[in-house]
Amino acid sequence: MSEVIVVTSGKGGVGKTTTSANAGTGLAKLNKRVVLIDTDIGLRNLDVVMGLENRIVYNLVDVVEGNCRMKQALIKDKRYPNLCLLPSAQTRDKTSVTPEQMKKLTEELREEYDYIILDCPAGIEQGFKNAIAGADRAIIVTTPEVSAIRDADRIIGLLEANELKKIELIVNRIRMDMVKRGDMMSIADVVDILGIDLIGAVPDDENIVISTNQGEPLVGDDSLAGQAFMNICHRILGEEVPWLDLSGKSSLWSKISDIFKKK
Amino acid sequence: MGLFDIFKKKGSGDMAKDRLKLILVSDRANCTPELMEMIKNDIINVISKYMEIDAEGLDIQITQTESEGNNGTVPALYANIPIRDIKQKI
Repeated sequence: MSEVIVVTSGKGGVGKTTTSANAGTGLAKLNKRVVLIDTDIGLRNLDVVMGLENRIVYNLVDVVEGNCRMKQALIKDKRYPNLCLLPSAQTRDKTSVTPEQMKKLTEELREEYDYIILDCPAGIEQGFKNAIAGADRAIIVTTPEVSAIRDADRIIGLLEANELKKIELIVNRIRMDMVKRGDMMSIADVVDILGIDLIGAVPDDENIVISTNQGEPLVGDDSLAGQAFMNICHRILGEEVPWLDLSGKSSLWSKISDIFKKK
Repeated sequence: MGLFDIFKKKGSGDMAKDRLKLILVSDRANCTPELMEMIKNDIINVISKYMEIDAEGLDIQITQTESEGNNGTVPALYANIPIRDIKQKI
């Protein structure tokens, strides 16, 4: 049974693309057949975060318009043969695709993949409507900031109005030092305000910047963010995973192993 | 500044939470200024049947209040309606 998951947020720059890339790669690591779709037409980014920008020949709009077959447009991941990316078009705009076409496209992909992950554009216009059209499940990404949470609440309202019932929350870019000082809302505060189930909490980790620079999602490595994203993947599969301590207090043992890791 | 000021100070995280709660109440109610104006006019019409009110001084807003009995807060419509005179029934 396959599942179509849309990763959305309302506000831009909160980590939708990073989350999509890591969730997709993590699920592939867990031996699921996964396809990632970049639905941000005109502003494509998922390809660079995945490090696949040099392999693009066809894109989402080509598939929808029938310029190529689905198989020709799907790009195989560098490391996982069971992971594919359908890139977005860079030179078109959001009106090139309709929600009905997106629905048809996801239906077609359901036959061959376990998870279809849609990276949604910011905003609530056509691009958002396209991305949610065929989705069974939504993951809302937010940060502990008033603007991001306000937009997330709006998005939740719109998803509910569109009969999308399975909505879960990722709180991204948490800084535990600031939470402890009382200068950042805690994960519990954000969950309390938005009133949906939490599926993950990701710390503000510089390793994310490094992994994006390299074009290799960090899910599953031993960084805090890498562990947090892997936990999210397990929870997507319905497994119960204990919550990670995000305060980043490194134990004596990890300090010792760090010394040996540096050449 | 004494030692106890440290405990009195409210972190900006709590400020953010309190502000957000109020913002979301009006966002969720989807109350446009036009809609609020329509509600206000209807209230004036209804109340005016029974008493003379100060339509200029009437103020309505959506806030939240502790719900009675069960858990947490619920949205509430507050109306402040100044009465000029209660009409006498003939």
